Amino acid sequence: MPLPLTLPRIRHAAATPGQYALALAIAAFLVLTLVLPVVTVVVVAFKDTTGGFTLVNFADFFGNELFQRSFVNSVWVAVLTVALATVLAMPLAYFTARFEFRGSALIQTLGILPLIMPPFVGAVAMQLLLGRNGTVNLLLQDWFGFTIPFMEGLNGVIFVEAVHYFPFILINVTASLRNIDRSMEEAAQNLGASGFRLFRRIVFPLSMPGYVAGAVLVFVKVFDDLATPLLLNVKDMLAPQAYLRVTSIGVADPIGYVICVVLMLISVASLGLSYAATAGKDYATVQRGGGGLTRRRMSRNEAIGAYAIVGLILALVLAPHAALLLLSFATVWSFSPLPDAYTLAHYTRVFSDSAGYIWNTLLYASIAAGIDVLIGGAIAYLVLRTRLPMRHWLDAAAMAALAVPGVVLGIGYLRAFYAVQLPGGQSLATFWVMIAIALAVRRLPYALRAADAALRQISVSLEEAAENLGATKPRAVRRIVIPLMTGGIVAGFVTSFATAAVELSATLMLVQSNSDAPLAYGIYVFMQSPAGRGAGAALGVLAVLLVGVCTYLSNRVAENGNGSSHH
Amino acid sequence: MPLSQTRKAVAIKVEGVDLSYGDNHVLKNVNLEIPPGDLFAFLGPSGCGKTTLLRLIAGFNRADRGRVLLDGEDITPLPPWKRDVGMVFQSYALWPHMTVERNVAFGLEERGLPKQEIGPRVAAALEMVGLTGLGGRRTSELSGGQQQRVALARTIVVEPKVLLLDEPLSNLDAKLRVEVRRELRELQKRLGITTIFVTHDQEEANTICDRIAVMNNGEVQQVGTPMQLYEHPGNLFVAGFLGTANIIDGKLVSNGPGVAYEIPGGGRIELPGSAKIPLHGRLVFRPQSVSLVPACTPPSPSNAHFLSSVAHREFLGATLRYGLTLGNQEVLIDVPFRSGDVLHEIGAKVSAVVPQSALLWLDR
Repeated sequence: MPLPLTLPRIRHAAATPGQYALALAIAAFLVLTLVLPVVTVVVVAFKDTTGGFTLVNFADFFGNELFQRSFVNSVWVAVLTVALATVLAMPLAYFTARFEFRGSALIQTLGILPLIMPPFVGAVAMQLLLGRNGTVNLLLQDWFGFTIPFMEGLNGVIFVEAVHYFPFILINVTASLRNIDRSMEEAAQNLGASGFRLFRRIVFPLSMPGYVAGAVLVFVKVFDDLATPLLLNVKDMLAPQAYLRVTSIGVADPIGYVICVVLMLISVASLGLSYAATAGKDYATVQRGGGGLTRRRMSRNEAIGAYAIVGLILALVLAPHAALLLLSFATVWSFSPLPDAYTLAHYTRVFSDSAGYIWNTLLYASIAAGIDVLIGGAIAYLVLRTRLPMRHWLDAAAMAALAVPGVVLGIGYLRAFYAVQLPGGQSLATFWVMIAIALAVRRLPYALRAADAALRQISVSLEEAAENLGATKPRAVRRIVIPLMTGGIVAGFVTSFATAAVELSATLMLVQSNSDAPLAYGIYVFMQSPAGRGAGAALGVLAVLLVGVCTYLSNRVAENGNGSSHH
Repeated sequence: MPLSQTRKAVAIKVEGVDLSYGDNHVLKNVNLEIPPGDLFAFLGPSGCGKTTLLRLIAGFNRADRGRVLLDGEDITPLPPWKRDVGMVFQSYALWPHMTVERNVAFGLEERGLPKQEIGPRVAAALEMVGLTGLGGRRTSELSGGQQQRVALARTIVVEPKVLLLDEPLSNLDAKLRVEVRRELRELQKRLGITTIFVTHDQEEANTICDRIAVMNNGEVQQVGTPMQLYEHPGNLFVAGFLGTANIIDGKLVSNGPGVAYEIPGGGRIELPGSAKIPLHGRLVFRPQSVSLVPACTPPSPSNAHFLSSVAHREFLGATLRYGLTLGNQEVLIDVPFRSGDVLHEIGAKVSAVVPQSALLWLDR
């Protein structure tokens, strides 16, 4: 009778000097690029004009009617976005988990859309489609004599963000549902539960951790988003206020920093809540041979209903993409359901005038993704495979970037590095390399988790076998660990690259001259003026193509990687 | 270039090894001497420290105290890659990104062998484990048994000083297990390499190993050949772990000229007058050393005997196992099954006889 082996497989070898050196180098990088800027922001928020500690800045903030309204608006927008995103995501998640139907693959593809296009890119296009004088409302007015205020004020922000970010809830809930073993459900059925009771008592609670994780992610992303409200001309929200204070009044104005601290507190609290709600609830219950809930075929009526719902949601999700494409080819599109005529002029203009944006993007995103993969891989290795003291702090520090909104990081860089002069007399804060580094720090958590997951797939005994046959630790890493991690590393690189390519919030603070600006900044600048919209849309389409291709490649690589590794 | 006994077999010595993880004492003062060329088993239940000790010899665990010596040379300070101690992992640990050949060639490459030597050696190792022709396969394309052979070939191809096998048969199905363990034994004898075999299965250890160290709670309980351990277990744990044993609680009382062992709850075992009676320990005997006689048979003074009744009966094929009630305890008795024998029914009064030579007094 084979007994389960429960021996602790702890590696007792002490850490080597090389490992210490690596850990110190990473720690130094994180302190300079993440901890220092964030601490600077916090310190400034609590400092009075003489440099002493004060709460006056916070009193000013909470006593000011504009900031009170901004705070309430930000919370309101984030909460309603989560609610709307839930309404969009839940039926889709349930359909894919419960039924065998062709729409499943389509729904899964939706999951990657927010990676491909951040909400601000589609915001203006959405206004042309759904705004007061947009296609839909013009038609409604003509045919039925009423309009729907999809895009009025905060509605617009909520609508655009929800349509973009609901897939985060969708993928998380779908993954949770997939991890529920059918025996869980069968056991409940065996004991007499069925239908909605079965869903409410078993399926729904088991999928809760996934829902909470997805919902909190959406909440934080929306709360921190800077570019979407700005482009929709909504200024009384927190992130736009922080940006406006620092850019219009100056780096010395303490209120900008107070807003940053508030943004961070909300982020940290939300992520903490998500952690508390999901900690110790690893509901992955799939047993050997099992997998996912029982799926069944839909009846004819169910199929019609399901396809109708999927179709409607799909139309909503693709609306900004379609509108963007239309806008990029439009001569004039104003007060009419469709553009007056079509042209390639915007693309010509973008290629001749704005190629710099594209090159800058490729450069910054490559540097950022390269840094992320190196540091992420190294941290994952140090944490999982060595006995280095404090190694978990490296992981925690890198992951802390998740809780730092882009606008906060950007302001932190400005404040912390403004006085540092480069040899040419330029300030370090406005040196283009800092944009790449800020992007790297922002994306590091994703690359780290990808590397961590890839390394966890590799049994320690594979490395030990190599050591046993004469390979030293570094050789075992080079010949066994790195080749086996390739899939994860490449996927991490491409994900970092793709999301860094369209990141704007930190960039918006750090770009000082147009020649240093990346794509996302270019789109933002173009979209601000009606005359630039066409070119902005063309640039947006290019960004979507760039990121789409990268994401596709990364999925391919990840699939191949999964096919070849085991354990 | 065939693999052969190019190396003299090596003796392994473990001296006073202690290892703990925090408060958890995993190995306590372990001392072992394994003669050259032995097939030696670490046998014990899950969590007894056997795999920890094996990994310690391979260099993956570090002892808090104590040394490991190969032919008198202290290898304790050496990292795993300098020990030249071949290990076959329980999970096989085959590298999925390499073919069978690349897996087997790995150790030779790390040792810096010239390319033209590696090919023939890999081929010879694959031939030795019966995998000729499968060198180009990916490891995931092989069956469990084949993977195990690749893991073995990968280890023996570098001709290590000693061979460590961590539960090598646990991932195979029952039939294959019997086949492979015999092959392992033959291969080990052909190579003449000192080998340690970790297992929790006493049958595996008994059938192929020269010597066994029985381990429990991080301590070596007893070392010996399978038969020695079975016939002369050194303590209660060994007696109970290897085969079935009746371990009987009671206390010695004088009984006229002789001595009896009184069982709590009633009943007593009359001990033979000539028995050497120790001052402590419990009475132990194997089920098959007991015979049943009709209750009226007069006892022989050279045997232990007791009166009892049948509580249950199990048919095991070659034997019949009776459970007899003796005070608050149960005594198992195995008698060979022959068709036509008269069976004792439940509740029947019987007299049981145990020859003096089968009586053991054991502690702990």
